[in-house]
Amino acid sequence: MTGRPGPSRDDAVRFEQVTVERGGRAVLHDVDTSFAAGRVTGLFGPSGSGKSTLIRAIAGVQLRVRGAVTVLGERPGSMAVRRELGYMTQSPSVYEDLTVAENVRYFAAIRGGEIGDVLERVQLSSHANQLVRNLSGGQRARVSLAAALVGRPRLLLLDEPTVGLDPLLRRDLWRLFGELAAEGSALLVSSHVLDEARHCDEVILLRDGRIVAQLSPAELSVRTGTEDLDEAFIRLIEPR
Amino acid sequence: MSQARTLATARRVLLQLRHDPRTVALMLLVPCVLETLLRLIYAHHRAAFDQAGAPLLAFFPLTTVFLVTSIALLRERVTGTLERLLTSPLGRLELLLGYALSFGLLAAVQAIVVCALTLGPLGLRVQGPVALLVILAVCVALLGIGLGLLASAFARTEFQVVQFFPLIILPQLLLCGLLVARERMPSVLHAISDALPLSYAVDGMHQLSRQVGAGGAVSADIAIVLAFAVGALVLGAATLRRQTD
Repeated sequence: MTGRPGPSRDDAVRFEQVTVERGGRAVLHDVDTSFAAGRVTGLFGPSGSGKSTLIRAIAGVQLRVRGAVTVLGERPGSMAVRRELGYMTQSPSVYEDLTVAENVRYFAAIRGGEIGDVLERVQLSSHANQLVRNLSGGQRARVSLAAALVGRPRLLLLDEPTVGLDPLLRRDLWRLFGELAAEGSALLVSSHVLDEARHCDEVILLRDGRIVAQLSPAELSVRTGTEDLDEAFIRLIEPR
Repeated sequence: MSQARTLATARRVLLQLRHDPRTVALMLLVPCVLETLLRLIYAHHRAAFDQAGAPLLAFFPLTTVFLVTSIALLRERVTGTLERLLTSPLGRLELLLGYALSFGLLAAVQAIVVCALTLGPLGLRVQGPVALLVILAVCVALLGIGLGLLASAFARTEFQVVQFFPLIILPQLLLCGLLVARERMPSVLHAISDALPLSYAVDGMHQLSRQVGAGGAVSADIAIVLAFAVGALVLGAATLRRQTD
C-alpha cells in the first residue's frame, strides 16, 4: 500500500487492523488507515466494496468491529465523539413529514447548535417551508446533508452525498466540502464515481473490503499513467 | 440527561403529528366510536354497560397508542433517522422520553375526550371520583406508549411490529378480569395476571365504577400502572441498540 501517513500526523480517524463481519463473512479485512482534519478525504470503490461499513464503523453504529478504531482520540460512539460528528447516511435519513426547516432545526437542537447558514450552503433556503415528502430525490439528499452539517461538527462522514445530483450541483457541493475542510473539519466523503476523486485532497480506494491504495489524485494519475480517474482505478485493481 | 434534547424531540414528534391530522383525528375518534358502539350493544342492559364501559375506557386507548408509537419508532429505524440520532448527542432514554411526552400529551387529550363522551352523553355511571378515572385512563395510555416503544425495539419490519399487538396486548385483555373475574381463574393464570399491568388498570376501573370513595385502592392501581409504564420505557431504552449489522 502506498501513501501510509507518518505517525507525526494528527489523525482525526485511525483504523488499526480493523475487520468487520456481516452475515458470517468479512466485509472489511485488516484495514489500516487514517485521515486528518482540514482536508477532504475521498472514499472510493465499487458498490459492495465496504465503504458504508467503514463509515458506520467510524460513526460507532456498526456491529462486530474487531481491531482498533480511534475517532478524534476517542472510542467511536462515545459522547465526546457524538458531540463532534455529522453523519449523512447513504439513503436520506430525514423526516418526510416535516418541512426542510423543521428537520434542520431539530437536528440543530439535539446538537445544541444553530441552523445558521446551512440551508444557504446546500442551496435549499427557497424550499425551507416545504415538506420533505414533496421534494425530489436530490433535494432530499441535500436536506439530509444539511442535517449533518448543522452545529459545525469537527468530523463529517458523508456517505455518497452527491449521488443522483446534476453536475452543477455536484461541483458546488464538492466546493462546499473544500470550504468546510478549510474551516478545519475532517471530511470523509464516499462516492462510487471515480471522476469525483479530483475534488479530494486524498483518496482511499477500497475493493472487496481491502484498501487498494491511499494517495492524492495527482499521485494516482502518475502511478497509473492516466488522467482518466476511472481508467486509473481499473489499472490499480487489475494490474497487468 | 438533557431536558433540552428531550423537549426538542417531543416538539419534533408533535410537529410530525401536526402534518398528519388524519392520524390525530383517528386517535381521538376511534375510542369514542368504540365506546358508542358498546353503549348501543348494551342498549337494554344498562348495568352491563356500566360494568364493561369503564375498563374498556382504559383498554381502547391502550390499543391505539400502542400501535401508533410502535410504528412511529419503527419508521425511524427503517428510514435511517434512528441511526442518525444514535450518532448524535441524543441519548436513548432522551429519545424515548421525547416520544412519551408528545404521545402522552396526545393520549391525555384522547382520554379526556373519550371520558367526557362516555360519562356525559353515553351516560356511564361510576361511583368513584371522575378525576381518578381520567388519570387512570391517561396512565394506561402512557403504558401503551411504553409497551409500544419496547416492542418496536424487537421489530425490524412493519409486519413484525404489528404482530406484537396480538402478542403483548391481547393476552392481557383475556387475563385482566374483564371476561372472567381474576379470582375465579385457575391459580396459574391468576398468578400470571398478577404480573400484567392491564389487570391493575381494570381492577382500578372496576373499583371506580362500583365503590364510592375507592380512592386509596385506585391510587395504588394507578401507581402500579405508572410503574409498569416507566419500566417499559427504561427497558425500551436499554434494549435499543446503538450498533446494528
